[in-house]
Amino acid sequence: MATTIRDSRGSGKTARRDAWWLQPLLTATVLTAFIIYATFRTFENDNFLPELSRNASALWESGRVGHLLSPFYSPLFLVDWQVMGYHVSPAILILPFPLSFRLTCYYYRKAYYRSFFMAPPACAVQGTTKKTYRGEQVFPFVIQNLHRFAFYAAFIFIFILAYDVVLSMKYVDGWGISLGTFVLLLNVLLLAGYTLGCHSLRHLVGGKLNCYSCSLAAKTRHGLWKKVTFLNERHALYAWVSLFGVALADLYVRFVCAGVITDWVLVKF
Amino acid sequence: MSKITLSVYRGDANGGEMKTYTVDTFPGMVVLDAIHQIQAEQDGTLACRWNCKAAKCGSCSAEVNGMPKLMCKTRVDDYPADQPIVVHPLRTFPIVKDLVADVSWNFEVSKSIPILKLADDGSAEPLRMQQVDVDRIQEFRKCIECFLCQTVCHVLRDGDRKDIFFGPRQMVRLASLEMHPLDVLDRRPMLRETAGVGICNITKCCTEVCPEHIHITDNAIIPLKERVADTYFDPVQKVLRWVGGRK
Repeated sequence: MATTIRDSRGSGKTARRDAWWLQPLLTATVLTAFIIYATFRTFENDNFLPELSRNASALWESGRVGHLLSPFYSPLFLVDWQVMGYHVSPAILILPFPLSFRLTCYYYRKAYYRSFFMAPPACAVQGTTKKTYRGEQVFPFVIQNLHRFAFYAAFIFIFILAYDVVLSMKYVDGWGISLGTFVLLLNVLLLAGYTLGCHSLRHLVGGKLNCYSCSLAAKTRHGLWKKVTFLNERHALYAWVSLFGVALADLYVRFVCAGVITDWVLVKF
Repeated sequence: MSKITLSVYRGDANGGEMKTYTVDTFPGMVVLDAIHQIQAEQDGTLACRWNCKAAKCGSCSAEVNGMPKLMCKTRVDDYPADQPIVVHPLRTFPIVKDLVADVSWNFEVSKSIPILKLADDGSAEPLRMQQVDVDRIQEFRKCIECFLCQTVCHVLRDGDRKDIFFGPRQMVRLASLEMHPLDVLDRRPMLRETAGVGICNITKCCTEVCPEHIHITDNAIIPLKERVADTYFDPVQKVLRWVGGRK
């Protein structure tokens, strides 16, 4: 039996001459930055609802009776639980749902397996894969098979965040649209684009069928499958822009809470 | 007439070395042209497998500057002229000689996959096949079996796990059978066990190197993973199947 030619052994070894390391490096940098920011905001337990902040009086003067809520703290839980003197942040109760969706997402799996686990760091570049490799067949990665359940939660969150957009338009003398409304709306639209392009959803709505012409229900599901496929083909794009969208929406609310910026009311009706 | 330099692997299972050749270039020249020029003018013993020179037979797979490619589809002017172009046989498979690798393992695995099985009870109405029913499968039928996806897959390439994973090419074949409207065979137990679909970690290198632009990961492997999840990891689906009287 002949042998394979493996003259470049060891992590990072490759005959490639292009900047193969750039993409995993950028991915790791951006994801790490987001993880640090999201962890800080989750545990901060402050500056997530302008109506509760030290800048609240100015906001009440604008007449808003709804709220402008950070996506990290939505849905709103106004609880004050203490564990050993620490005021438990409601975001800790919320975070597991969107986090599990992104962690088990087929796109993010590619991103973090390459950039953090180096399995492999890039195509045709030696990584950490060894002779004992079992991939997603063994714990903990076998949990990735439950992605659809994380999707169900993420799907509900679209409606929760959409309701926040509606609440941000509620004023004592009617309805209005502020810059914050647009920021929250953009966040919901990007998240919807990302969530509705999910591979598990694509499978459940029609991908699992073998015959699309066999019944009216199958034809309908094929139509749905095509729509999800349209978004699914852009899943990576939406995965990134929706991540930035969440950070932007939260940062905007935080700045309003801290009085750094004013949430300009653009229209009232 | 300008010239380019190629560094080509020369050797067999007992060992080998990189050897440098300089050849004349012409407009539109591909790496396979350069290899043919070396064979014709400098060294007739250089071994290379090729057939159609039109990116349709999948024979001339090799690694050009470290990336698995079809030599007949890789233009030499895509690379800097001041550096040698490195041409190496596929690293995932045993070498036969020079640029020829032994890819027979792929055909052995392919034989172990059960072919299309039609319902044999005679009760089913003949199905008039509609385009929507074969759209997905037609993408998979574009495969030319160049095995670039197999050679770039880190499970096979770095881990050498040919014992537990069939590789992307065979996942495409399994998907084309599994999604066929007339097929009645359930390949999910095979997918989970001997084919090892769960070993794939979706890093999409197979899709990146596919010369036929088949969306191997998104359209074949992930749908197969989801079908396996239906059966083995989703209690809700299990209840629904039980209520619906399906297997």
